[in-house]
Amino acid sequence: MFLEIDHVTKNFPGPDGRGEVCVFGDVAFGLGEGEFLTMVGHSGCGKSTLLNIIAGLERPSAGGVVLEGREIKGPGIDRMVVFQNFALMPWLTVFDNVRLAVRAAHPAWPAARVVEWVQRYVDMVGLGGAEQKRPAALSGGMRQRVGLARAFSTGPKVLLLDEPFAQIDALTRGVIQDELVRMWTAGRNTVFMVTHDVDEAILLSDRIALMTSGPGARLAEIVEVKIPRPRTRADLIDDPEYLRLRTGILHFLMKS
Amino acid sequence: MGRERLRVVCYSMLLAVVFLAVWQAAVVGNKPGKGLPGPAAVARTAVEMLANPFYDNGPNDKGIGLQFLSSLGRLAIGYLAASVTAILLGVFLGLSPTLYRAVNPYVQILKPVSPLAWMPLFLYTIKDSAWAAVLVIFMSSLWPTLANTAFGVASIKRDYLNVAAILQLSWRRRLLTVILPGAAPAVVAGLRISIGSAWVAIVAAEMLIGGTGVGYFVWNEWNNLQLTSVIFAILAIGLIGVLLDAGLGKLSRRFAYSD
Repeated sequence: MFLEIDHVTKNFPGPDGRGEVCVFGDVAFGLGEGEFLTMVGHSGCGKSTLLNIIAGLERPSAGGVVLEGREIKGPGIDRMVVFQNFALMPWLTVFDNVRLAVRAAHPAWPAARVVEWVQRYVDMVGLGGAEQKRPAALSGGMRQRVGLARAFSTGPKVLLLDEPFAQIDALTRGVIQDELVRMWTAGRNTVFMVTHDVDEAILLSDRIALMTSGPGARLAEIVEVKIPRPRTRADLIDDPEYLRLRTGILHFLMKS
Repeated sequence: MGRERLRVVCYSMLLAVVFLAVWQAAVVGNKPGKGLPGPAAVARTAVEMLANPFYDNGPNDKGIGLQFLSSLGRLAIGYLAASVTAILLGVFLGLSPTLYRAVNPYVQILKPVSPLAWMPLFLYTIKDSAWAAVLVIFMSSLWPTLANTAFGVASIKRDYLNVAAILQLSWRRRLLTVILPGAAPAVVAGLRISIGSAWVAIVAAEMLIGGTGVGYFVWNEWNNLQLTSVIFAILAIGLIGVLLDAGLGKLSRRFAYSD
């Protein structure tokens, strides 16, 4: 497997300061190269924590994560995160936010090449003309476009999407999801996404991992999305496979 | 808004006129050179002094402009040295909660000490009164910037530091593109408080060391019983203080950001 989540357990200190509470235990699965896998579960099942562990921002209590045969020991530019609340530097312009990442990914590039590369990704997410704006001047949707441009511009081996569309209004969400699909199709990065939006998971993913509720959450099953790509929201509505999957996942979530 | 502003200006002018009138009425009938001088006498002295601010007739007789320049020179050296020190130290304290808690008790003890209390120690150790005054300025402008920088760095959002960690930025780049800009509003607020307390401290320090500077000037004029000069110097010190604060205010708008 390209990315192997190897029996990962995460405990947090108990609420009274004594003992430990298991958030999730013994989670094991793998992602093939270029695969888009989404984890769905209720709030508190630890899916964002697992994403942070893959990013190297948090340490697992037991088990480990292996990328291309090497254990992950800390954060790295080969695993870019797209954050739910965007995490753009508010003191940098749109252009400089992306440039910071490109320069970090390619320290040897001359300035002109960096600028050209940044511009390509800024244009790709439709932010041409807004390069010199600060994030505070942008809508949530536009900010997350910057977040996507920043993540894709470094050419990461793994993209980690932490509920990337949760803070974006429903109409804009669809447009940006399409942009994500376009960029993912072009680059074929391996993607691990976390969400509690079932429709979003089915539209975007190759496989969907279902978590039971926490504390002590477990990986219940992984379902394959056998709907051929390219998928559009309009096609999905009448697709029997979509309806079957959606009903199954919703039943699972209500049960657990 | 325009009307409101006009009213504020009117009230301000009115206050000034009332104040000057009461002051003049209180001193009317005093013989020249005896008792408190009135605003007219102060104004005459001001015109006289500003006509030739940079003359130099030896150590005890220099123009007001020269006195202010030497005070501002001391201020610049002490303040800049303190600011660099405080910002660097503040970054370390802000990044490490352990270090912060270890150092904090000492900062709390040293912070309320009047910077002038250090003067004898400085005079004894470096045996140079001009540098002792600079060090007093250093002490007076160290703490606000230090405390604010530590607070500003400690309150940078976790997300920004996470992005810096994911991008594996070098220490230098992390400091210059994430930590300092993130903490900048708090740092500049500290710098603004610091320059105020430094300007307050310098007058007292210069009264003690003598030689040059606006503090020395005030004390010297008091010894000569030139109260008009003293009053004019008070106004000038206040005015320069306002300008220094306005400069830092401009800087704070430059570094402000909203998420």
